[in-house]
Amino acid sequence: MKIIVCIKQVPDSAARIVVEGGQISWGDAPAIMNPWDEYAVEAALVQKDAVDADVAVISVGAESAKEALKTALAMGCTEAILISDPALAGADSQALARTLAAAIQKLGPAELVFFGRQAIDTDLGVTAAQTARVLGWPALTLVSKVDSLDSSTITVERSTEEGRQVLESKLPAVVSVGKDIGEPRYPSFMGIRKAAKAVIPTWSLADLGIETPKSHIRWPAVMSPPVRDITTEMITGNSPQEIAGKLADKILAEKVL
Amino acid sequence: MSNKILVYIDQYQGTALPASWEALGAGRMLTNLYGGASLVVLVAGERSKEVAGQAFQYGADEALFADHATLADYRAEAYAAVLVKVARELAPLAVLLPTTLRGRELAAMSAIDLDSGILADVTALELQDGKVLATRQIYAGKALSKVVCDALPQIITTRGRAFEKPTVDPARSGAPTQVPAVLAEADIPTKILSHAAADGGVSLGDAAVIVSGGRGVANNPNLSPPTGLDDKQAEIWRAQQGFKMLGDLAGVLGGAVGASRAAVDAGYIPYEHQVGQTGKVVSPNLYIACGISGAIQHQAGMRSSKVIVAINKDPEAPIFKLARFGVVGDLYTLVPALTEALRLRLGK
Repeated sequence: MKIIVCIKQVPDSAARIVVEGGQISWGDAPAIMNPWDEYAVEAALVQKDAVDADVAVISVGAESAKEALKTALAMGCTEAILISDPALAGADSQALARTLAAAIQKLGPAELVFFGRQAIDTDLGVTAAQTARVLGWPALTLVSKVDSLDSSTITVERSTEEGRQVLESKLPAVVSVGKDIGEPRYPSFMGIRKAAKAVIPTWSLADLGIETPKSHIRWPAVMSPPVRDITTEMITGNSPQEIAGKLADKILAEKVL
Repeated sequence: MSNKILVYIDQYQGTALPASWEALGAGRMLTNLYGGASLVVLVAGERSKEVAGQAFQYGADEALFADHATLADYRAEAYAAVLVKVARELAPLAVLLPTTLRGRELAAMSAIDLDSGILADVTALELQDGKVLATRQIYAGKALSKVVCDALPQIITTRGRAFEKPTVDPARSGAPTQVPAVLAEADIPTKILSHAAADGGVSLGDAAVIVSGGRGVANNPNLSPPTGLDDKQAEIWRAQQGFKMLGDLAGVLGGAVGASRAAVDAGYIPYEHQVGQTGKVVSPNLYIACGISGAIQHQAGMRSSKVIVAINKDPEAPIFKLARFGVVGDLYTLVPALTEALRLRLGK
């Protein structure tokens, strides 16, 4: 079986984001694998162990994204490919999905493609469903557990607004996973050594055999969030009851209840 | 291109999710900005006709519903096919959906089919040169971005609690129009085997009040766990008592219980409750942070709350910088006292 994981490199979630002159920067914070995507890698590796699969990891991004791909290799993925092309600068989610779909097809017949639920930089959460749609495959989003998998069918549990749903789907399929799929494993010592030596090929759009996919979304401006003009009022008193009483009065005076 | 705005109403078993009516409110705002465009809603699934009927009272000019055996349970491919067909026939200026799990997924899929872009999870809308200029948060609210879609229909998902729900006008009514299913059962790649309902309660995204706890809720020295538990079990037991105490406060305020990542990772409370960059981003009217120090990832998830109250034993905790009101002290005595004080004042 062939499994593909799509990952993204993002600034560390602890980064202080600064907007200056219409540009976003995150200082010297490191770039990391999108934390949600670690769960996608984990989900793929669990299946790799269970059904004897190859797991390829792919990412669209700059040369630096190879570091995130190496982390995935160190965790246990079998091969890694970077898709990088200057024409993809400013690509929207739709263009990205079309690029990923072309790469998935070029990698050869795969049964499953895993995604994390969303990237922590753009917070879109649509790429998995969009890639599935381009491929014409079912999209199983926010999967919390894979119950069973064989060569033609997958059964998963997924989160809905109302609870859980158990869903059976034909393969091939695209699966996005949430945090409850299981804690991502740490890279092994052997894995880290292997990843350090790995040569990661870079595919351009020409290598994928596609024209530059059209983007429809523009970002005319980025801004810092409005500064909260808050004066913190510390509430003190001689007993918890006195403090609680004062605090309750203050909360009610804000007229938000 | 018609002079129409299409709003998808996300519903479950005959009840619209609250965010759906907010999307309808945003849709009405757009019809006004576009100078009197008409507002059409689409509802799909079992009992969708009832919801379509209610949509008139919320201001819809026209209501479509798709109720068919193949649409009884939500399945992305079957629902997306209906939405895409309706959008092709109406050729609206914009399609709005609430940013619910289903709404987000249907927006994603229909954008591919309709070859357009998504203005996802937006918090504000205006019109510029005949196009929607939307505002959305990026980096979990650490920055804002203006976004424009250059294709039609402009597909927009609205963030929960960012737009006003329209006022219900009981005098308005209309007859919903049925639209057919598009995919035959044999063409739908998935089958629902079973459902399990969640434990109920108010969902974080819709909650007007959230009471959140961090790792600190597991440290009550005055509790003695039942005998026979090992250390980890005893710790979880303590934490559960702590979250029960927060639940009592949330209950008095009609709110929901949230948690920090640390509390979720420690196994104190299920992931559904996590607020923050890798959890839910919320903006309630009142956010009460108990025993949460306020890591930057947590702040990103709750900083747009209207009024923030912080209770923490560490006077240096960063959460106090965001808080309108702060109390330095022991949350195990303060929270029950606050619950009681609010219960008395609210007459509950």
